Amino acid sequence: MKPVLLTTEQVATFVARGFLAFPAVIPEELNERATTELEGILATWGTPDRASAPGSGDPFDAIYAPPSAVGEVLRSPVVAGAIRSLVGEAPVFDHDFVHLRPPHDPFGQHLHCDAMVDPLTAFDIQVFYFPHEVAPDGGGTGFVPGTHLRHVHETDVGRYTHLLGERQWSGPAGSILVFHQGMWHRGMPNPGDRARLMYKIRLNPTTTQVRQWDTSDLVALDSGPGDHIFARFRMDSIAGLLRRREKWMGEADYRLELRNRARLWRYLTGDDRFDVDWYLTRQEMRVGLV
Amino acid sequence: MNSETHRQQVLFLWLEDSHLDGRVVGWSFHDGAGREAELEGAPPYATGAEALRAGWRLLQVSPVPMRIPGAEFVTGPLAHEAVLERIVPLR
Repeated sequence: MKPVLLTTEQVATFVARGFLAFPAVIPEELNERATTELEGILATWGTPDRASAPGSGDPFDAIYAPPSAVGEVLRSPVVAGAIRSLVGEAPVFDHDFVHLRPPHDPFGQHLHCDAMVDPLTAFDIQVFYFPHEVAPDGGGTGFVPGTHLRHVHETDVGRYTHLLGERQWSGPAGSILVFHQGMWHRGMPNPGDRARLMYKIRLNPTTTQVRQWDTSDLVALDSGPGDHIFARFRMDSIAGLLRRREKWMGEADYRLELRNRARLWRYLTGDDRFDVDWYLTRQEMRVGLV
Repeated sequence: MNSETHRQQVLFLWLEDSHLDGRVVGWSFHDGAGREAELEGAPPYATGAEALRAGWRLLQVSPVPMRIPGAEFVTGPLAHEAVLERIVPLR
């Protein structure tokens, strides 16, 4: 089946917030097969009994080949389309893991971002797959929208127990979350009566990430570098989407994030004139005067 | 503090700016007396100053950020952290 590419609005939301959610995009029959396969992977993890474990650097297209149910999930239209739109035509496997949290397990991870501090503009994605329903009080993955562009290292942010605007995933079976690799997140305690299963895979781009989504709406949403909230502006534009403010942000934080989002949008579009609220442009115009 | 009879409670607050009247955007509570449920609310105080009025003592507050030349636009951990304590009797 043909991948369903992301829209410009979705990619701008990803740049602003660091994640996209796709509730119930995997059918129940496939969720059941994937659950069985994931439980098998977990039971044989790190042993010779685990067949066909992918290796870091393997082409995404080659991992979990048919009849793997996990492969079927990853190559389903919405998931494959999000992957294609964000990490281009030839991503490679970084690593994956099956997270299983027993019922009534009080253990919760400290807030962290994965791998290590990463100052690059080019980014990886992490795809989270929830094969069964996660109730609002079910201890689903916690994450803090808008933190993905901050340069922090692993659990250095573990001190933060509560941040305004933190989300805790809940949703129907067969849901997908896609994170920018920098998103602050954590595994939560499981207060529920059933074991909680989640699969996570990290993918690295190896080819361009520029305009890989469905760009048919790009021109209509682009109001140019002069879209400026203190002058003339649109909210139904890319700049308007990038202006989303998270509850944990003070004004100083917010302005720096706007600038950093505009830079990421420039990277993703190849448009070096793009700006939100004039922060990049006013300084760039002055550089040559010094 | 008499450790036979009292314990320290520590409250981290992260504020929206460097003013103690700034809005609380994050918090962590650590209770040496083991009564974590005592501090409820989301957040427990609306501002840093409100915590002072509730009897917390300010131990430390972040310096105003100095933007490092060459890294002026880099964001990282939250900038405006206040560490407060309260000494409470053991029950």
